[in-house]
Parts: sequence; structure tokens; C-alpha cells
Amino acid sequence: MTAVEDRPVTAGPAKEVGQARKRKEDARLITGKTTWTDNMVLPGMLHLAVVRSPVAHAKLGTIDVEAARSAPNVVAVFTGRDLAEEQGSIPCAWPVTPEMVNPGHPSVAVDEVNHVGEAVAVIVARSKTAAQDAVELVDVDYDPLPVVLDMDRALADGAALTHDHVASNESFRWIFDAGEAGTGSSTDEAFANADVVVSRRFVQQRLIPAFMEPRSTVVQPQGDNYTMWSSTQVPHILRIMLAMTTGVPEHKLRVIAPDVGGGFGGKLQVTPEEVITLLVAKRLGKPVKWTETRSESLMSAHHGRDQIQYVDIAADREGNVLGLKVHILADMGAYLRLVTPGVPILGAFMFPAIYKFPAYRFDCQGVFTNKTPTDAYRGAGRPEATFAIERIMDELAVELDMDPLELRRRNWINAEEFPFTTVAGLEYDSGDYEQATQQALELLGYDELREEQRRRRESNDPVQLGIGFSTFTEMCGLAPSRVLGSLSYGAGGWEHASIRMLPTGKVEVITGSTPHGQGHETAWSQLVADELGVPFEDIEVLHGDTAISPRGLDTYGSRSLVVGGAAVVNASQKVVAKARTVAAHLLEASEDDLQFESGTFSVRGTPGSGVSIQEIALATFAAHNFPEGVEPSIDADATFDPVNFSFPHGTHICAMEVDTETGMVSIRKYACVDDVGKIVNPLIVEGQVHGGLAQGIAQALYEEAVYDEDGNLTTGTFVDYLVPSAADLPHFDTGNTVHEAPGNPIGAKGVGEAGCIASTPAVVNAALDAVRHLGVSDILMPLTPERVWRAIHRGGDGGDRATAGTNAYGGAQTETTAGVSTPESRLGGDR
Amino acid sequence: MIPAAFDYARPTTVDEALRALADGGEDAKILAGGQSLIPVMRLRLAAPAMVVDLTRVTELRGVRDDGDALAIGAMTTHSDVIADPLIRESAPLIAQATETVADRQVRHRGTFGGALAHADPAGDLPAVALALDAEFVLAGPGGRRTVPARDFFVDYLTTALAEDELLVEVRVPKLEGSWGMHYEKFNRVAQAWSIVAVAAAVRRENGHIAEARIGLTNMGPTPLRATATEQALAGADAGEAAIAEAARHAAEGTAPSDDLNARADYRAHLAEVLTRRAVTAAVGL
Ligand SMILES: Cc1cc2nc3c(=O)[nH]c(=O)nc-3n(C[C@H](O)[C@H](O)[C@H](O)COP(=O)(O)OP(=O)(O)OC[C@H]3O[C@@H](n4cnc5c(N)ncnc54)[C@H](O)[C@@H]3O)c2cc1C
Repeated sequence: MTAVEDRPVTAGPAKEVGQARKRKEDARLITGKTTWTDNMVLPGMLHLAVVRSPVAHAKLGTIDVEAARSAPNVVAVFTGRDLAEEQGSIPCAWPVTPEMVNPGHPSVAVDEVNHVGEAVAVIVARSKTAAQDAVELVDVDYDPLPVVLDMDRALADGAALTHDHVASNESFRWIFDAGEAGTGSSTDEAFANADVVVSRRFVQQRLIPAFMEPRSTVVQPQGDNYTMWSSTQVPHILRIMLAMTTGVPEHKLRVIAPDVGGGFGGKLQVTPEEVITLLVAKRLGKPVKWTETRSESLMSAHHGRDQIQYVDIAADREGNVLGLKVHILADMGAYLRLVTPGVPILGAFMFPAIYKFPAYRFDCQGVFTNKTPTDAYRGAGRPEATFAIERIMDELAVELDMDPLELRRRNWINAEEFPFTTVAGLEYDSGDYEQATQQALELLGYDELREEQRRRRESNDPVQLGIGFSTFTEMCGLAPSRVLGSLSYGAGGWEHASIRMLPTGKVEVITGSTPHGQGHETAWSQLVADELGVPFEDIEVLHGDTAISPRGLDTYGSRSLVVGGAAVVNASQKVVAKARTVAAHLLEASEDDLQFESGTFSVRGTPGSGVSIQEIALATFAAHNFPEGVEPSIDADATFDPVNFSFPHGTHICAMEVDTETGMVSIRKYACVDDVGKIVNPLIVEGQVHGGLAQGIAQALYEEAVYDEDGNLTTGTFVDYLVPSAADLPHFDTGNTVHEAPGNPIGAKGVGEAGCIASTPAVVNAALDAVRHLGVSDILMPLTPERVWRAIHRGGDGGDRATAGTNAYGGAQTETTAGVSTPESRLGGDR
Repeated sequence: MIPAAFDYARPTTVDEALRALADGGEDAKILAGGQSLIPVMRLRLAAPAMVVDLTRVTELRGVRDDGDALAIGAMTTHSDVIADPLIRESAPLIAQATETVADRQVRHRGTFGGALAHADPAGDLPAVALALDAEFVLAGPGGRRTVPARDFFVDYLTTALAEDELLVEVRVPKLEGSWGMHYEKFNRVAQAWSIVAVAAAVRRENGHIAEARIGLTNMGPTPLRATATEQALAGADAGEAAIAEAARHAAEGTAPSDDLNARADYRAHLAEVLTRRAVTAAVGL
């Protein structure tokens, strides 16, 4: 007998789902053999350069553009006044309360500038160089106004105003009270009856999404039609919003997101520059391109995080949590962009996390400052919430003199309690926190490290060791449309997919969820290969063009697989159902007698009979021999609207060394076990976890957008805005548990944001655990060596950093990178 | 961003380069590896009218044994410096410090001479050159002159180079006796500049420290010598206690700045800790 004959006859080809397929899109993305937006060259194309404000708050006086207009190869110069009639306001799709104040957001400032980097004029030239050269020739009169930077002060009586025409710096106040909502009991009573109350103020520093590909937009007018290519996460939303703001009708506008090099929420936006590029192309009737520089990107693309969090937790002596109160000041920056006010609200429901709080109250104020607007950044609202709860749980453990893990165990939802409705009213789908935690402890080698920590403490070693936990969950897979409606969001949360069966048996999958580096093409191919029984290689995934993929809500909020992938699966199943009718006709059998396996329909119990789905695709194309009354198409589409979020969870443990002499922290070991439900591609999941960890660790240790007292962004280049590389990050020990999500046909939970949400508090908790015995109870993020050293040796939380940029590169700052040079900013200037 | 327009010359000899510099007048700039100049031009912090590119001047490249000194050509790239056997042999401190500079890509273009002529106080090589008592050979229209390291670094991004001069080579004296060396760099991410760094070269004799030379990076507008510590170490016992005691004087006479990586008092503290560590490593403890 040969080995071949040994195989069981029923074994079909291995399932694609679950395989660690290398990503089919990577070769072209990594080698750059694709058309990024900035690679677009169109005949007669003009180039834009944006003149940006070097001051944070001022009335605009005269803007003298004559010199720029007459510069070589300059075609036109527009100021905000020139565009005022057409430009409308950058849309805010999430008015979180009916009373929310939206000051309006002109794409080019008209009367007033409100943050450094805001556009004040636009140069249009025949070359990018000519446009850039003319920037310096625009002479703008700025009549300075008081600059509002600090949120606590912005809300005080008599504070200077961020905008002249608003009554206060508060945009909105949004409250969720579990007692009032009927999902919990009264927080006041809970706190009144508590044995222990711990109150802390945490700061979520301002971050910059720092995607790899800078933003770029090209617009081509053709008659009264416009095609826009843009480096965006959200071509579909962009098209609708541009139609609503600029008056170009939706059916006359096609938006294409070609391959896009990262976004992390930073390209979930309708940007001033997209509006400007469209308006200029419309005015001049010529194709126009705008591509930002890295300096422009850092100062004017939206920022993320930036909250002050006042958190109170109540518990009894045994460590049972009784109540949680959260008061948040969320920095909106100068304007409201697409979902600016919604970001903290996305976090509102996550503060109770995995714990069984009987009482909860959340109170959030959106605050204007003269800084770049904030908006979504990987995790959007949920990292902030996770940080606050995981930090305060550690503080409570210290107060109770309890092991931090013991405290968590005592309060978390047990495996047998799922589905579990939380005090915030969410229904958590599935999971097992104990199992993930056990596995993570083993991965870390917990007992040994605790022992080493004890030894280092006893010997007073200058390098101390700490271990920090984050037992997190998050809500993702945005989102059930009805829930979004109840939160006043301007759109739904469904996703769309369609499947085209080509005559040669190949398959086109059209997805509305537009990737920008996640690997949709690979994962979707795996899903469809299993559903249709066609080879992985025979599937092409199309996306990102509103003319090809007409319906979609794009990629953010870890939604692509769990919402968009679900639509793909449902559409595939519709294809199979249609094909079954055709197969029954061709095989002259009843549909009920057919089985579909590995891509072939056959009559049950009749070996050798059979017709493949590829053959059916060809028969459908020919349509010569088709069942009576059936339209000759087996293509199908589906729109999936989830009934619930999905709730990935996991346990992240960080072991951290702290050099007490210098304050330098370094991660000794990082172990995490994530439950993201069913895993379609383990390689992609691991990649998402690694990238998320890098960004979460970066918030804890490296990144911070720093403004000086005049409102200049001093972290205006990557010299000062420190994005870590692989060289700066530890090896990650990762693992998974699998509790499938009941809410989608795949059983998957989102993974895009998990690592980023979970890791930050684990890292900070670890550093604090290393030095708490030296009297340190908090250190501001990022944990710069200076802050850690100060906290250890001078007390407090490490304090604010000096705001001056480093002297490398002559101390480049927004003041100078705004294109305005001052005597001080010259190389070798007086610093 | 895009630099402002400039004229460009690419000479092949030092003489041609000097003529191009003279023709360019006061708005001419020398381009070596471009790793500091190009970024500031792109940010439009510098807008030279004429750029004189030295990359084709082959006589400026390479390391020579010059008897009692090594002569390192100004255009020798960082990666060539790291790989050079003469430098490994006689001035390992230079190789060690250069290995901490930036990343591989930058080290393949950036040059030894460019890093010194740029005189960035956060740059790693100026303090090393100062600690090793290097001499700078400058060429100008009137011929060549030699400037000792302590006179070369004048102020923030300012050296003894006149506008019509260029740096030809750097002569690093070979050290006699039993020397140990160490560069201790303190920065936050791999490719970042030093917040503070210490270059130490120590000569041991009979269990004692006979002589110590200590250069400080980023403790003022120019690289500095930790003179008080050097004096305290001269003749001191080569043990932990004496080194620690001497290192406590490391920040004396320095003028570090405040920036978002460190305020001055913290820099002063770092100088002490890093000096102790650098000397300890150089001594071989
Ligand atoms: C990402 C990055 C990270 C970096 N990190 C570090 C670091 O950690 N540590 C560090 O020390 N450096 C660092 N650098 C700077 C690097 O070392 C540069 O190579 C060096 O500072 C300049 O050398 P260059 O050859 O590129 O000079 P250029 O940029 O070409 O020139 C610099 C200046 O020197 C002048 N000049 C150059 N050669 C001569 C000459 N022969 N005669 C007269 N004048 C001359 C030029 O006119 C210019 O003013 C970094 C650079 C980058 C881009």
C-alpha cells in the first residue's frame, strides 16, 4: 500500500482559515512597487504648498500675497478670504450632545488663526519647488491674542478664550451615570459606604499618530466630475463629507484610496488639505497635487489622546470594588474634526473594564485649546480608559496592601458569567480572564522574576525590577448602527462586501473596508477560499475606490474582519446558495440532494457526479443552459450590521528594570496573552499585536507632543518626537486563548488596537512597582529618564519637561518649520 | 521639505574645492555626507547660495599612519572609521563612539570631518577628539594651518574654520603606555543623539591611574574636558571609591542647557554618573 492510498478518502484540502499565510500584498507594499498617492503624475498637474501660521492665536490682518503671486511658476495664491464662500467647515460627524459648541473649522483660516500650523494661504505652482519657494514670500499680519494651552486653566473663571466667538472653552459636557441609566446603583451611596476610597489624577499626554506615509491628495477635474486620490483610511466617508461640505454633488465625486502607508486613526479624517485640493482643482480646472512634509504632518495632521483624568475608586477592606467615578477633561485642540468629541465618549463605557462594579459615573468635558485638533488615534478612547482603570487598580491594591493580581481576580467577571452585562450597560460576549492570566504568568516566568525583584530590593541594587499588569478588555468591531445612533454619531456601523465570480473561475472580492496596511487582501482571500472552495491565489480583493467598491464605511476601530470580513463571508454564502440552484439544474438533481464540499457540488451518495463552482461560474457567464426563471448571475453582495461589539481581552505583563542612578527604564521581559476570538491568520494577528505593543509602549516611554508657552510644537521633527524602532523594543512573548465571538459568522474579535490599548498601563505599573518602595507613586508619561530620576530623588511625578527642543539640527521647531525664519532659527543661530 | 535653490560645485581636489569656496563667497557651504547639512537645508534653517560637494575629493578620504599620529581624512565615512584597523589599534575610543552614531544608513554617508566641522554639542565625536587631544588640519587660500582641539570648538555650531577654509584631516596622537578607553553614551532611542555622553581615556601604571582624559558631550555649547575630575584622578588609586569620588567633580565648569530631554541639573547629575561608569570601564574594573 502506498502512502497516498493511506489517506482517508474524505480529507479535502486544508482549511485556509487558521493558516499563517504570508501577506500577499506585502511584496508590492514593502518594495514600493505600487502607486502611492504622491506617485501620481497627471498631465498638466499643478502643485500646492500651504502657508501655515507660526503663531498659536491671532487675528489675521492683511495678507500680502503679491510677491508670491508674481514669483516664477506660481499660478495662483488663495487666502481664506478667497475661499470663504465655498470651503464651508470641516465636518464634525459626532455632535455628542445637542448643546455641543462647534466653533466651525475653515480649511484655510479666514479671520483668526487658532493653532500653530493652521493654513492661512495656499500657493499653486507648476512645480512643487516653485510652490515651496513662494511660501516664504507671503506676508501675513498677525495680531496676537492670548494663547490657551492648559485645560485646567482654560476652564477657570475669566480664562482667555480659544475662539473669539465662543462663550467659554468648554465644547460639551457628557455624563453617563449608571444609577440614572438603570445599569447600576448610586455612586454617591457606594462611595459613602466604602471603607476605602482612592483618588488619582492621571495625564494622557498628547500623541501624534506618525504614520509612515505622509498625507497626500491629488484631484483631477473632468468636466463637472472630480476624482480624488487621497492617502486616507476612509474614502467612502470622505466622499460623502466632501459632497456635504463643498457642494460638489456626491455622484460627481469619486474618491480613491490607493495603497495607503499606515494611518492609526490619523487618516480617519476629512482634512483641510483635502478640501483645499478639491477647491483649487475646481477653480482652476486642472489636476492638483498636495503632499505634506513630515514637519507639516507632525504639526497639522490631527493629534491623539490628551486627557486629564480624575479617577476615584471605592472598595471595602476585603478588596471588593464598590464604585468608580471618572471625570475627564479631553483636549479637543482648536477645532472639532471628524470624530474629535466622540473619542473620549468611546472610552466612557470601558472604564469599568473587566470588573464587576456595582456603581459607575462618567463625566467628560471637551475643552478647546490653541493646539492642533485631536481625533482618533489607535484605540481612540479605550487606551485612555484602560490606562486609568488598570493604574487605579494598582493604586487600590497598594492602599489595601493586597497583591495587584489578587485584587483583580477578586473583582473580575468569571468565565462562567458570560455573557455579562456591565455597569456601563455593555454585554461582554465571551472570555476567560483567569486562563489568559495563567498563561501569561507562565510565559513571563513570573515567580522567578518576583524572586529576583526581592533580591534586588534587599541588596539595594541600583537597578531595581518591577512587574506590572494590565488585565484588559476593549470594545471594538465598530459598530452596531443602532448603538452609534443612540450616541448621536452621524453614520452607521455596517459594512458591505460583494463577490464577483469571473468566467475563468477566478474570484473578485469587493470590500468596503479599506485597508492601509492591515492585510485585508490576505485574510479576505483565506475566508473566501474556505467558503467557496477556490484556491487562495485565485482570489483578488478590490477596495478603496468608491467607483469599484461603492458602499463601505472603511477601516478603524478594529472593525475590518469582524464587520467587513463578516460581510464577505455572508456574501460568499449567498454565492454558494445561488450556485446551488445552477448546480441542481446542471446535475439534474434536487437542491436538497446536493452537498457542497471543497468547491464542488455533488449529489449525495453518487460518487463521481459533481460540478465545481468554477464550472458553474463559466456556465453562468455563457447562460446557455440555465434554470428557468433564474437570472444568469451567481454574484452576490451582503451588508453586515453587527448586533453587538466584540470584546477581545487579555493579560499583559511587563517586567521593567529601572536604573535608579539615571532614571533609565528598560523592559526586561514582556509577555501577553490575547483572546481575539477565532484567528483567521496567526501571522497577521501576531503582527497586529506587535505593532500595537510598540505604540502602547511608545506612549508609556517615548512619545509626547510638547508645546512651549507660546503654543509652538517643539517636538516638530522626529529628532524630538521619539518614535521607537525595533532596536528599542524588547522581544515580545505572545500567546492566545480562543473564545469565539458569538456576534459574527467568523467568531473573530478585533485585534487591531488590542496591543496598543493593553500595554501602556502594564509598562507604567511595572516601572512604579520597581520604585514604589522608594516613595514613588506616579510618574508622568512618557517615562523619560529625567522624570523617573526626579520622581525617585526629588519626589512627585517627575514634573513637566522643559519645552525647548534639542539642539540637534539647530533646534528645528514649528516656528521655523512653518516656513517663517527668524534670526534665532538660522543655522548656528543664537541659542 | 525642499531646500531653497542653490548653485552646486563638485570639485575633485582640495585646491579646486578652495577655489569653489572662494568663488562662492560668504554664502557658500561645504557638503560632506550631508547628514546634518541636508536636513537643515530641507527645513530651510540654512539656505546657502552655493554648495561645494566634497564627495569626489578622494585625497580627503581614508586613514593614514603618520608616525606619532593617525591622520584621519575629513571625508572618511563613519562606517569606514569603524572598520579601520589603525583606529581599532591606536584609538579604539573613536571607533566605539562612532558605533553609537545614528544608524547604519547615516553612518554610510556621514563623515568624521563633517561631524567635527558641524560641531553639534550633542554630536558624539567632538568630545572624543577633545579627549584625545586631536589636531585639526585646515586648508585655506593662504595654505594650511593646524589647530588643537581645544581651540577648534569655539561655540554652538561654531569652529575655528574660517569661511574660506576647509577641514582636511584630523591628527590623533598615538598614545604611549597602557591606556584603556570607553565611550559612555546616554540617549533614549537607538538612533538618537546623546543627552549627555562621556569619553574617557585612562593610562594605568602600577595599579594607579597615571593620567585620565575625559571629554563631555552636550554639557555646554561646545565639547568640554572634565578638568577637575582629570586632576582628581591623576595618581589616584584605580579602584571604585577613588573613581566615584573623582567623578563627583565631572560637571564642574560646565554649562549644560535645558531641553525636553533634560534640564541642566539633571544633565550635571548624569555627567557624574556617566563619568564614573566611563572611567570604571576604561580602567577595566
Ligand atoms: C538620523 C540621524 C541621527 C544622527 N545621530 C547622530 C548621533 O547620534 N551622534 C552624532 O554624533 N551624530 C549624529 N548624526 C549626525 C551625523 O553624525 C552626521 O554625519 C554628522 O554630524 C555630519 O557629517 P556629514 O559628513 O554628514 O556632514 P554634512 O552634513 O555634510 O556637513 C555638516 C557641516 O559641516 C560642514 N563641513 C563638512 N565637512 C567639512 C569640511 N571638510 N570642512 C569644513 N566644513 C565641513 C558643512 O558645511 C556643514 O556645515 C545623526 C544624523 C542623522 C541624520
